[in-house]
Amino acid sequence: MKIAVASGKGGTGKTMVATSLAASLAPRLSVQFLDCDVEAPNAHLFLKPVINQVTPAVIQLPEIDKARCTVCGRCIQVCAYNALAKIGENILVFPQLCHGCGSCTRQCPEKAIIEVPKQIGTISLGKTAGDISYGMGELSISEPMPTPIINQLKASFSDDGADLTILDSPPGASCSVVATVHDADFVLLVTEPTPFGLHDLKQMLGVVAQTGTPAGVIVNREGIGGTPVENLLFEHDIPILLTIPFRIEIAEGLAAGELLTDILPEYKTRFIDIFNVIQNKLKQPEGTK
Amino acid sequence: MIDKIPQVKQLVILSGKGGTGKTTLSAALMHLLSESPFEGVFVDADVDAANLALVTGAQILETHLFASSQSAFIDPGLCIACGICEQVCRFGAILPPITEQEVYQVKDLLCEGCAACVHTCPESAIEMVQQEDGEWYHSLTPYGHQFHAELFPAAENTGKLVTTIKQHAKLYAEDHHIPLMLVDGPPGIGCPVISASAGADLALLVAEPGVSGIHDLERIIKTLQHFRIPALICVNKADLYERGTQDIRVLAEAYGYPIVGEIPFDESIPHAMVQAQPVTLFKPHSKASIAIRRIWKNIRDALFTKGATDD
Repeated sequence: MKIAVASGKGGTGKTMVATSLAASLAPRLSVQFLDCDVEAPNAHLFLKPVINQVTPAVIQLPEIDKARCTVCGRCIQVCAYNALAKIGENILVFPQLCHGCGSCTRQCPEKAIIEVPKQIGTISLGKTAGDISYGMGELSISEPMPTPIINQLKASFSDDGADLTILDSPPGASCSVVATVHDADFVLLVTEPTPFGLHDLKQMLGVVAQTGTPAGVIVNREGIGGTPVENLLFEHDIPILLTIPFRIEIAEGLAAGELLTDILPEYKTRFIDIFNVIQNKLKQPEGTK
Repeated sequence: MIDKIPQVKQLVILSGKGGTGKTTLSAALMHLLSESPFEGVFVDADVDAANLALVTGAQILETHLFASSQSAFIDPGLCIACGICEQVCRFGAILPPITEQEVYQVKDLLCEGCAACVHTCPESAIEMVQQEDGEWYHSLTPYGHQFHAELFPAAENTGKLVTTIKQHAKLYAEDHHIPLMLVDGPPGIGCPVISASAGADLALLVAEPGVSGIHDLERIIKTLQHFRIPALICVNKADLYERGTQDIRVLAEAYGYPIVGEIPFDESIPHAMVQAQPVTLFKPHSKASIAIRRIWKNIRDALFTKGATDD
């Protein structure tokens, strides 16, 4: 089973939930953990894995063979991202705009374009002391595109390689979130009961409505904002699976790199319960709720 | 002294990590700016989690459609199910038929709009269809004009949308001789952050003490160094984890970026958010408001006093 943890708003507690869920279930199930927040990956600070393999994450960039190029401009016509331009009697490539789709290479009548891999980040793989198979993507500084790294990270793991795969999503509700959650069996949405938390949760409800993925909500920092989440969720028929109160000792422990389940061990059984609820929900035949 | 401003200065608020308080601080700075001799134009560049309007009482003056991306569409009447489109698509966006009666389909959510399938389909059965990605707004707040947007859920082109609203905000500022454009930035370090930071004269980084906060702070610092944008740092919830705040001071020192203020944990911040107000307006004498006023003074000096920037 594949569970994605997402939120819309940043800093609501995605990584706290994802890492605690993984640590709670690892003694019972084989667990894979993928940190898909490649712009700001933080799960390793809590799970403390031993990394045993680092590979470059790449996209394929076109390279023009000047000897063959007749400057016909076909490559410029087929590029949807304006990543190629004719400057004088040369074709120039703008690497930051290229999405690596391969159209220019394929369409060049002179076969004057080859593709060369360009590193835009890294994929790190390892294992935690609690036997969680761990993977994280990391976007290189000044590179704009996180999505290819997320796809490459996910391709490093097989879906049936574990009983449970946990995907720690980036914040927001656009391309990198879609790349993370689109093939999940269930999406756990973490929110906080503030106007900001609720507004961004709505965005994520829009995303899961489009992917058609069942979802549940965890309300974090209950007591801090006083904006009820229930009314919004009632309209969408999405359950609240857990409420975590705002407590200074949780904030302090997380800041020091501790798991929620280490700060307050009673949360272990709560995360196991959540997993069981999700499992039962997914087992039910369609149409019954 | 502000009669003849040669250009619009650009201040961008960033953090790396999400949820450190960028929008709270942006709203408070808008309020403080409106009480100062300076005027500002405001941009919410976090277009897929756009929250600034929730605390600035923005009244929308103009709404514009943002239609930028394209998605492939396969005409089922023309498709002969040869499968070439699936072979050339590098984004996994082409779904093969399940039964013999069906043809190939495009999964819109995964389509990057590259049109590789359109160029290779032997039957010319595929065309690109314009998508509506979001809306952007020109609004009026009690503190000045605000440009913001709502990306539709799961839509694309965040960077382009950020660039679009910044362009309109800058034009407005130039036309009305407004000396400052304040940009509330998105989290992360990728495409929308790069768009939000383009052309910035100064960045204000909102850091949070703790292992995640400092890890992501270092990544945004390196990003700004790469683009040669000078930055100031402030620490939010600074007293929640004193050891982490000390770590941030050491990191800031190592990179040569000054810390211009430390905001203590203060419940007036979430309370102000619920009341839909900037914290400096809601509780002007709260611990947080006093700290933010000091930060604003430092930013003002850095932006408008000669010799205090680009250090």
